Amino acid sequence: MLSIKNLHVNVDGKPILKGIDLEVKAGEVHAIMGPNGSGKSTLANILAGHEHYEVTAGEVIYRDNNLLALPPEERARQGMFLAFQYPVEIPGVSNIYLLKSALNAIRRSQGLPELDAMDFLELVKDRMKLVEMPEELLYRSVNEGFSGGEKKRNEILQMAVLEPRLAILDETDSGLDIDALQIVARGVNVLRSPERAIILVTHYQRLLNYIEPDQVHVLVGGRIAKSGDKTLAYELEKHGYGWIAPEGAPATV
Amino acid sequence: MNPNTAKETYLDAMGAAEKELAVAPSWLRELRRGGAARFAEVGFPTPRDEEWKYTDVMPIVQAGFKPAARGVNGIDPARLDGFWFENLPAHRLVFINGHYSEKLSTPGAWPKGVTVMGLAAALRDQAHRLEPYLGHYAPQKIHGFAALNTALFTDGAYIHLGRGARLAKPLHLLYVSTGAANPLLSQPRNLVVAEADSQAVLIENYVAIGESAYFTNALTEVVVGPHAVIEHYRLQEEGAKAYHIGGLHAHLDRDGRFTAHGIDLGGRLVRNDLRSVLDAEGAECQLNGLYVLGGRQHVDNHTHIDHARPRGTSREFYKGVLDGRSRAVFHGRVVVHPDAQHTDAQQVNNNLLLSRNAEADTKPQLEIYADDVKCAHGATVGQLDPEALFYLRSRAVDEAAARDLLTCAFARDVLSRLRLEPVRSQLERHLAAKLRVAALHQAQEVLH
Repeated sequence: MLSIKNLHVNVDGKPILKGIDLEVKAGEVHAIMGPNGSGKSTLANILAGHEHYEVTAGEVIYRDNNLLALPPEERARQGMFLAFQYPVEIPGVSNIYLLKSALNAIRRSQGLPELDAMDFLELVKDRMKLVEMPEELLYRSVNEGFSGGEKKRNEILQMAVLEPRLAILDETDSGLDIDALQIVARGVNVLRSPERAIILVTHYQRLLNYIEPDQVHVLVGGRIAKSGDKTLAYELEKHGYGWIAPEGAPATV
Repeated sequence: MNPNTAKETYLDAMGAAEKELAVAPSWLRELRRGGAARFAEVGFPTPRDEEWKYTDVMPIVQAGFKPAARGVNGIDPARLDGFWFENLPAHRLVFINGHYSEKLSTPGAWPKGVTVMGLAAALRDQAHRLEPYLGHYAPQKIHGFAALNTALFTDGAYIHLGRGARLAKPLHLLYVSTGAANPLLSQPRNLVVAEADSQAVLIENYVAIGESAYFTNALTEVVVGPHAVIEHYRLQEEGAKAYHIGGLHAHLDRDGRFTAHGIDLGGRLVRNDLRSVLDAEGAECQLNGLYVLGGRQHVDNHTHIDHARPRGTSREFYKGVLDGRSRAVFHGRVVVHPDAQHTDAQQVNNNLLLSRNAEADTKPQLEIYADDVKCAHGATVGQLDPEALFYLRSRAVDEAAARDLLTCAFARDVLSRLRLEPVRSQLERHLAAKLRVAALHQAQEVLH
């Protein structure tokens, strides 16, 4: 589904990603872990199409297309979804309006008819149960005045409504209590299917107690320094990131 | 036409009007002559005047607009259909080029204690009722255009709300300018007197039939009595080649409440002067403004709130969206006089620039001469938030739609303060249409 080859990315002229290789197949859940500043969020944002980042080398193929040539809206229409680390507040645009615009834009591009108001509302209410979100948040401006946990749950609600092929969760677990964390995990586990892939970008192992990844990658200094199965996450939990050295640099333990 | 010739032309018109003044009551004669004298003294403002620094009215002066005569016949009422608000039952008064049109108006029945009529007719039939008010609330040192209006205003609306009178339906005043071979000057003058405990919603709505250039020079005085509640809408949707100079002067008595919504979507060159004097304890005024400009539009809003007595509250909230090569000026003055202890004043002006060639000049000005007050102001000029744009695009909304969505949301912040839902939703439609046109122009600019 997603194939990243030798990806180099600069931010403000400074290299952040220095040769990422990653293969994600349909049905898989990948966890990308790493210390602060390792480039995790850069990777998530570049996949979603943020303009602030400059690709200096490498390629990203998503479902046989050059992903980097597509504008963000086109990526979304082709089934990609980024749950933001810091969801943006958009005063004056209601949550439900955005959800409906997004869903219908995706359906149109897939040749499906738009959902009418009734069917749409039914779908949204069904998915809201999943994230245990009060209904009034639907009619508020997008994320405006939401608590940190509400913002993250709102991201998961969007994901549950849009049903992406490839979902990338950028530190969705950060700052959540255990209850909220479980809600996020439930949202991800419900989405999990042989046709979909999920990338979890996270700093902590604890999310992986609720979502079992197929592969774990450790990002250090802009490179994937180590990959393994879920047991790698436990080792990281026990020993921290210090024992994994960036490729080509000596290990410091 | 050079400025001196233009000034002479208007002075000649004032001289010609003297004949009619012979039969007018002496106070009205004095008022008219006072306007003429003031105009003779100050003439047209120039950018050398601090108050007109960013707004050059030379195009208005040079065009040599002629005062519009009464008697434009043959306007099919159906041509006005598009100007009325859907689902808003209202008392409707129509003014064509500054003259009241009985034929096109459908005022309906007035509640007890309410008098509404054309100003010209009111001055003919019951001038004594207007004498204590007309011309008393525009400031003494009025600028040349206001003086021109006072000297030569044609007609307008006279609204008198007796003690405790309530207008249940809004009063929609539609000022229509029509195309003409000669560039026309319309000079409506409105007077609103709201006695104690009265209440009304008024809509001043400026529109055009046809594409030609014309000039509206309007002035409205509003007297808000004790505990009276007046909500005033000024919806300026003049033609693309139109010039519009407007004055709105409100005077608030004890616990009087005045809300003014000023929406500028139309016009080529527009200047609004809004003054609100809180002249008794507990008065409250709320000024909301929105200007959405494109092309080479220029809109200047000068507002002035005088807190003259204690415990007054003012809330001012102006926002603007500027595209193309448009320019906006906001000058918001709030003066808290020594007597006005416990004043609570807030002022905000936010400008959103959609184009590199658009410009906004904003100048908040607080002058506080009392020591126990709560005053705040803030002004911003900025662009669409790139993070919000990215967020929307990552949710499958295309870039143009995301820009429109954020821009409409920015503007809706003001529109949401309009209490009449039918007005709000119609303006939202106009706004969306205008933004779409602007987006189209932008796309064409890129192609060429």
